[in-house]
Amino acid sequence: MSLTLLYVQTLNGLQLGVLLFLIAAGLTLVFGVMDFINLAHGVQYMIGAYLAAMFTAMTGNFFLGLALALPSALLFGLALEFLVFRHLYDRDHLDQVLATFGIILTLNQAVKVIWGAAPLSVPIPDAFSGSIVLMPGLLYPVWRLVIIGSGLAIAVLLGILVSKTRIGMLVRAGATNANMVSALGVDIGKLFMIVFGFGAMLAGFAGAMVAPILSVEPGMGDNLLILTFVVIVIGGIGSVRGAFIAAVMVGLVDTLGRSFGPTLLRAIMDPAAASQTGRALAPMLTYILMAAVLFFRPAGLFPAKK
Amino acid sequence: MMIRREALPLLLFAFFALMPIAASFGPESYLLALVTRVMVFAIAAVSLDLILGYGALVSFGHAAFMGVGAYAVGILSSHGIKDTAIQLPVALAASAFFAVITGALSLRTKGVYFIMITLAFGQMAFFLAVSLAAYGGDDGMTLSGRSQLFGFDFIKRDRAFYYVTLVALIAAYALCRSLVVSRFGRVIRGARENPQRMAAIGFPLFHYQLAIYVIAGTLCGLAGFLMANQAEFVSPAYMTWQRSGELIVMVLLGGLGSLHGAILGAAAFLLLEEGLSGITEHWKLIFGPFLVLVVLFARGGLIGAVERLRGKGGA
Repeated sequence: MSLTLLYVQTLNGLQLGVLLFLIAAGLTLVFGVMDFINLAHGVQYMIGAYLAAMFTAMTGNFFLGLALALPSALLFGLALEFLVFRHLYDRDHLDQVLATFGIILTLNQAVKVIWGAAPLSVPIPDAFSGSIVLMPGLLYPVWRLVIIGSGLAIAVLLGILVSKTRIGMLVRAGATNANMVSALGVDIGKLFMIVFGFGAMLAGFAGAMVAPILSVEPGMGDNLLILTFVVIVIGGIGSVRGAFIAAVMVGLVDTLGRSFGPTLLRAIMDPAAASQTGRALAPMLTYILMAAVLFFRPAGLFPAKK
Repeated sequence: MMIRREALPLLLFAFFALMPIAASFGPESYLLALVTRVMVFAIAAVSLDLILGYGALVSFGHAAFMGVGAYAVGILSSHGIKDTAIQLPVALAASAFFAVITGALSLRTKGVYFIMITLAFGQMAFFLAVSLAAYGGDDGMTLSGRSQLFGFDFIKRDRAFYYVTLVALIAAYALCRSLVVSRFGRVIRGARENPQRMAAIGFPLFHYQLAIYVIAGTLCGLAGFLMANQAEFVSPAYMTWQRSGELIVMVLLGGLGSLHGAILGAAAFLLLEEGLSGITEHWKLIFGPFLVLVVLFARGGLIGAVERLRGKGGA
């Protein structure tokens, strides 16, 4: 268990955390402000990745592709909101689960029809390919640093947006008591739409950013979605700050658990069994973390509703 | 009116009982396998409806119980214990045990947090199954044959297995029905409508809800036992969160809180899946929008639609 490996895995965990935060930020607001369970949020992430892959292939430039993918992801999210989701806000959670489950099935399949079942790959932009030496003996891929950096930048911007601007104030007020905000004369429908579109775009951005390092394939958002739900529940539904802290926590626990769990288990088991068991038990760590948080704080770490 | 309402479950069971006769004129083994699968999932859906429809406890990890039941069969049978007299009690006890632990923790939370914590327990069970390297890990394991009863291969033939499953379904349904109409069931429904008032009257709701949660989990373990036997295969795929979602979809599709609605929903879900996937490999493109449309326009599921039609006819 070398120190270098620990640093690398910590950076990997941070990268996963940032990624989770980008998806969770929109989801926690949609959840907190509109009281809407959107299982289809992971699909937005997948759509973002596919749009980036398509536009990058068309233009031959990742950043041009990203610039085209973001507004497209936004438009797509708004279209979904207009067609389906806005009719579900006043329904109970079960109806929302059923309808958004239907949307997952539809879009996962639609993606397969349009782009094929085989994974797409997106090349890492030339300027950011390769690795750089962070410390003697510590090489790290540049693109992953770009993901971490851009994610942290967005987290800061989002924090300012939510805590300092008028729209952010309305969003926070909406997360605390949406009816009251509506009674005070704010067009809550419009607010919902803005929050929803923005959340869809952030998830799309996350998908686009990881497209060069992961394979872009149907259903890629499904398992990440569940991890994102874990994040927002730990962080407290409706809290962007909570989502950030929980995302980094989950990212680190998941990554470090996966890489060092087997090593630690080797102390008590034979190596083959330790690596197999460790690899499989590590994902459980995040769920154990969540169950423990809910046990002691049933509304998460930073609940928006008092 | 009462007689007609009770006619639907009887009609369903009569259909299940007579289906093999009709099937013997067609592709018999295919039809038997398909409808057996429908009945197995119907048991799981009925057990979910018990907590979802009557208790308003939205469990998003219900498939885990199916997995626990199935793995009990798989693990015992891989050690050469193939007798139902041992396998079934172990499968039920394991599911009940899992339900006691997870229920006692989950029921401390409410609403959305309950959904999420049950989901978390479901995922834990899933990853635990993946980690069981000795029992196939990720790939699952094939059983060496179906369970026996006192050394006798009582469900080896598909038709025998079909009727054993039907009996299990009817027994599960009858148990749930009698629970729902009992005083116990009225307390559960009272807790759904107004928990504060029920608590104020003096009912220890936590114990009632834990009891119904454990009963539902145990019944779902029974479905898992049957499922493992039907496929003669056990894998972590039985407990993915998507499978839990599908169980919820079945209950909602049929109509919440009627028990036979869950049977109808399981049948509709699996038959639609089967039928549509026969037409096109992209059947989810039809099935997905169908689910969305059901939510938007057909509130109350299939049972609701049937009752609306009947309401129109009667008026």
